[in-house]
Amino acid sequence: MEQILFRHNRPGRSVSFAEYRSEGGFTALKTALKEMSTNEVQQSVIDSGLRGRGGAGFPTGKKWSFVPRNLPGPRWLICNCDEMEPGTYKDRILLEANPYSLVEGITLACYAIGVRHAFIFIRRGYEQAAINLRRAIAEANGAGFLGENILGSGFSCDIDVHVSAGRYICGEETALINALEGKRANPRAKPPFPAVKGLWGGPTVVNNVESLANIPYIISNGPEWFKATAATPEAAGMKLFCVSGHVVNPACFELPLGMPLGEIIEGPCGGMRQGSRFKACLPGGASTPYFTIEQWDVPMDFDPVAKAGSRLGTGGIVVFDQNTCMVAATLNLVRFYARESCGWCTPCREGLPFVVHLLEHIENGRGSEEHIDILREHVKHLNQAFCALAPGAMGPLDGLLQHFEDEVREHIATGKCPCRN
Amino acid sequence: MIPENMRQELQNRIASAVTNREAAVDVMKSLQAHYGWLTDEAVVEAAELLGLTPLQIEELATFYEMIYRRPVGRYVIHVCDSISCWAMGGETVMGKIAGLLGISVGGTTADGLFTLLPCCCLGNCGQSPTLMIGDTIYNRVTAESAAELIEQYRNP
Ligand SMILES: Cc1cc2nc3c(=O)[nH]c(=O)nc-3n(C[C@H](O)[C@H](O)[C@H](O)COP(=O)(O)O)c2cc1C
Ligand code: SF4
Ligand code: FES
Repeated sequence: MEQILFRHNRPGRSVSFAEYRSEGGFTALKTALKEMSTNEVQQSVIDSGLRGRGGAGFPTGKKWSFVPRNLPGPRWLICNCDEMEPGTYKDRILLEANPYSLVEGITLACYAIGVRHAFIFIRRGYEQAAINLRRAIAEANGAGFLGENILGSGFSCDIDVHVSAGRYICGEETALINALEGKRANPRAKPPFPAVKGLWGGPTVVNNVESLANIPYIISNGPEWFKATAATPEAAGMKLFCVSGHVVNPACFELPLGMPLGEIIEGPCGGMRQGSRFKACLPGGASTPYFTIEQWDVPMDFDPVAKAGSRLGTGGIVVFDQNTCMVAATLNLVRFYARESCGWCTPCREGLPFVVHLLEHIENGRGSEEHIDILREHVKHLNQAFCALAPGAMGPLDGLLQHFEDEVREHIATGKCPCRN
Repeated sequence: MIPENMRQELQNRIASAVTNREAAVDVMKSLQAHYGWLTDEAVVEAAELLGLTPLQIEELATFYEMIYRRPVGRYVIHVCDSISCWAMGGETVMGKIAGLLGISVGGTTADGLFTLLPCCCLGNCGQSPTLMIGDTIYNRVTAESAAELIEQYRNP
């Protein structure tokens, strides 16, 4: 199968600058600076159908087009490598294998948008990725692919690496902007959107690592080629799926967008581990409603997954077997969100601990029928919170009530968890 | 008090930032590495270096998972308790370590060697259960390998 982001991978180590270049690395940047206008680069990305890989799936080229080009003062680009959503580790795998595609992709994006200074925001715990990136940036600088007057084109660009100190909400784009400015990372109100008013008040694009790392290949091979790497005509491009849980081979794979869930689990993942049967999975990270065996054939692409009642999210597939208690799994997930709530708005700050409290009651055999209704109300109400963290927290709870209401009721009726002996 | 060369290094870091505040996390991390945790003295020093008030530093320090505003042991063991690690038996690992160290989660051993803390997903979900000590992440931790690991840190 053709690989895009993983094509330069070396077993057990990261690819070197010389190897990346000898395999066509940085030719996209050369081509763009020599032969393409900034608009043409942006248009290629629009035509490629690339949708954001950070969770929301917003079309990348379209996001760039929202940036006003006529305002005075600097514009900014931020690459989001906070990646703290449980079940998600694709950006780390990518950057440990190859930091160069991202550096080249960021430079191309900066050229398209007219950005002089970009930041890569990296979570605590990804120190190796940060080391690789700092090295890659220095090498690119040395070779004239970054810094002043790149390849004699008149375009200049610098990239800084910021390593955070660990907090999930920093991944939310407006909270990230506050974090980068050295402020407490509470989200900001939208609108104004960052594209208009972001970092230090200037127009700012925030893009995920995987989104940006795809850009060089779109420029080199053309939007049509990129689109056609997907498994279905509606989908565009490849996707990094990072799998964890009860499968034989839980790893990160680059697969065509639109590949059915079941094929991913049976194929690259090697099926369920011995003694395990598939019960459910989180299809796209901790904030996505569960899929069950009924969704086995759903193509893993943004729209089909949404149509099936969940979200493609980050592409982090967490697989659970028949012995997993879905109430306990949901409790674990909502507890994570309650702990990571930034505390800014009341529905999330107060509501999530309350949901945790109810789920604890049910899991411990002290639940009552009315708790189910109260939980349903919360799924609705927490959508009113200030940012997307609280609605995200309600994803698995929504899935629990959609697919496993019987299991919840069994906890309540028998006064104990049926999965624990 | 921090040594003069460290002060100079931090001042250079701050000077290279777009605004002083942008360097706040780096400054807090350096001070934490120096003192072992972000002491009251470190908060005041960070504030002076960055031209902020101690309260503004406090606001940041208490926000981040990996900035310690209370004394911790020489090695902080962060055990991931998020969903993939949970599914693969992370709770058992956490219980085992707490038992071996004779402390509860959040506690520090009497000899000041270990602090045990739960943490968010470490981005190592395919190799779960996972824990982190310093900058090192350990894969597929079992009750047995956790015991060996602690022994290694006790008698390096
Ligand atoms: C609580 C929360 C955490 C998030 N964490 C991340 C993250 O770690 N990485 C990321 O790329 N996007 C994250 N996002 C999504 C970002 O807000 C933003 O949509 C994304 O970085 C845009 O990049 P893209 O368009 O390339 O996908 C998070 C959103 C929320 C609400
Ligand atoms: S929803 Fe939660 S994380 Fe988002 S602003 Fe409100 S309190 Fe903060
Ligand atoms: S859930 Fe533990 S490392 Fe991701």
